Amino acid sequence: MPQGDYIELHQKRHGYRLDHFERKRKKEAREVHKRSAMAQKVLGIKGKMLAKKRYSEKVLMKKTIAMHEESSTRRKVDDKVHDGAIPAYLLDRDTTTRAKVLSNTIKQKRKEKAGKWEVPLPKVRPVAEEEMFRVIKSGKRKTKQWKRMVTKVTFVGQGFTRKPPKYERFIRPTGLRFTKAHVTHPELKCTFNLEIIGVKRNPNGTTYTSLGVITKGTIIEVNVSELGLVTPAGKVVWGKYAQVTNNPESDGCINAVLLV
Amino acid sequence: MVEMEVAVDPTKSACCQFLDPEGEVLGASIYLPLNAGPAQLQEIVNTLLKNEERLPYSFYISDQELTIQLGNYLQKNKVSVEKTLSIVYQPQAIFRIRPVNRCSATIAGHAEAVLSVSFSPDGRQLASGSGDTTVRIWDLNTQTPLYTCTGHKNWVLCIAWSPDGIHLVSGSKAGELLIWDPKTGKQSGNPLTGHKKWITGIAWEPVHLNAPCRRFVSSSKDGDARVWDVSLRKCVLILSSHTLAVTCVKWGGDGMIYTGSQDCTIKVWETSQGKLIRELKGHGHWVNSLALSTEYTLRTGAYDHTRKQYSSSEEMKEAALERYKKMKGSAPERLISGSDDFTMFLWEPSVNKQPKARLTGHQQLVNHVYFSPDGQWIASASFDKSVKLWNGNTGAFVAAFRGHVGPVYQISWSADSRLLLSGSKDSTLKVWDIRTRKLKQDLPGHADEVFAVDWSPDGEKVASGGKDRVLKLWMG
Repeated sequence: MPQGDYIELHQKRHGYRLDHFERKRKKEAREVHKRSAMAQKVLGIKGKMLAKKRYSEKVLMKKTIAMHEESSTRRKVDDKVHDGAIPAYLLDRDTTTRAKVLSNTIKQKRKEKAGKWEVPLPKVRPVAEEEMFRVIKSGKRKTKQWKRMVTKVTFVGQGFTRKPPKYERFIRPTGLRFTKAHVTHPELKCTFNLEIIGVKRNPNGTTYTSLGVITKGTIIEVNVSELGLVTPAGKVVWGKYAQVTNNPESDGCINAVLLV
Repeated sequence: MVEMEVAVDPTKSACCQFLDPEGEVLGASIYLPLNAGPAQLQEIVNTLLKNEERLPYSFYISDQELTIQLGNYLQKNKVSVEKTLSIVYQPQAIFRIRPVNRCSATIAGHAEAVLSVSFSPDGRQLASGSGDTTVRIWDLNTQTPLYTCTGHKNWVLCIAWSPDGIHLVSGSKAGELLIWDPKTGKQSGNPLTGHKKWITGIAWEPVHLNAPCRRFVSSSKDGDARVWDVSLRKCVLILSSHTLAVTCVKWGGDGMIYTGSQDCTIKVWETSQGKLIRELKGHGHWVNSLALSTEYTLRTGAYDHTRKQYSSSEEMKEAALERYKKMKGSAPERLISGSDDFTMFLWEPSVNKQPKARLTGHQQLVNHVYFSPDGQWIASASFDKSVKLWNGNTGAFVAAFRGHVGPVYQISWSADSRLLLSGSKDSTLKVWDIRTRKLKQDLPGHADEVFAVDWSPDGEKVASGGKDRVLKLWMG
């Protein structure tokens, strides 16, 4: 038998103390004063924690009150005309909400030729070479300094094998290689975990593009076949461009916005 | 004919027996020379049937179309010459409809997705219902908007022309029905209210039963079907015993109403008092779509490819009755139902409450089924991205049309039953050739999902509307 249960057992056998309920009421009545005194007194991290706790309690209470009020008030039937009309045969089907996902391949091609995109991040901080690469010293006396290690996140194609050490000028560490990106569709407002097909353009230079370095602002190509996008000619689109919006090397993941 | 039989050399001939699509024997079995091809067979059948005009026929031996000479066929398929060869002849339409291959007009006007498109029975007018709560009537000659009919309070989900082309009815998501005069684009009378939820289907009484057209039936999500009278402007009958939403309604040529519902049953109603006659059970999930073998004839009423105009309603009724009888023949009316359980059932509701055939093969729900205008084929559109073709008499599988990359929403037949049109979520329309069973024409152009397609009864035009808010007209 657990220790605390003796009290319950005793109460069951002999009933409550005569002043039990009186004491309980007083304790409860005093509790609020105690709490407020506590709230005024506590400092630092404890104060923050208490404030957060009381805030969440308050929110919960307000929500509950709102819910009760809602069930008692009478409202008019919702007969507004909604957007996104669908035919009668689709009305009962809970199709995944899909905003307009028109992909205009021609437009995309034209933009590609001009080498310009209207991108969510038009300007990015330039990354210096010293920040991008770390010099690796080699040779018996560690005098040779021709080898570089990429310190940023990279994308490496599937069929890649490393060259022998003598010819490998750039090392792309396996710990910083990524194959997937979290891509947000700006119109759908939802995010998908999509496979990366390639690095289209790194704003810091073509060498980084060819190395597959992914920094903030890089345009990557992602595999969107599972989104079910269709070209005007009725073919399934599978590759689309997206721009990286975070610093992958410091976050440990790639977040990107789809360019539509 | 007779001379031919005499002249035939028994070693170079095959014993043949002609059958009509229902399996009725035509004449005695005859010896035909092995070099006889479809052209010669056509002559013989025309003579045997004593047709005054020469009509085109196609010939089928064990469900395969005969396109070569008899001898070649026998050699190829290693059929014994000793046996009697049964050749099924099927009458073909005496007119031919050109396949559509280009977009002739893209008409903007609707401010929301186009949800339904329908040509009038004579093919001269076009109406569309949209999510912007309007019905629009279009001028087909200039390909411009003609009338904008405002009056609905919510999305216009269904529209239907009366078979005599005098009325146009539209049903909305708010559950009210409006009657329009297509000549002026004005609303005639007050809204017909009664349905508590949105309208899922509208069907008119066939013109050969009652001319001029007065009654139509509407089905709703609230589980009722209601019969309305246009001249009395009120609800005449309420057909309520479905426990869930009614998804589809059809008014048969024998004067019965068929309703398919989400409670997995199909009910057959009598129309004078609204009594339930039959309940067809068999589906394991929602019934999505119904089609009748005579549906196309009922829709077009008295109008046919000759573009004859009728002056009085009696004349029209007689012509429609004649057309209906000719189309139906001696066989009972057949009903096909497509369901969410991926199957279809072929019924003969006037004969038997058990299904005649179960049509399996789709890998996703069947959204739309449609009999060809001559009743020989059934086409089904499914969310598994395919359109399948079935034999209209037996329900046997014939062919699958693959090519869409998204769910197929709607299909429509050309009036000569030689071409099939399908509209899909992948934003394209495709025209399929029934004879070769191949893709005839790919029609890209819509910028988004295609919700509604219709091939005009005179075969000149195709109209389609979808989520990109434009109405497109396609021509051959």
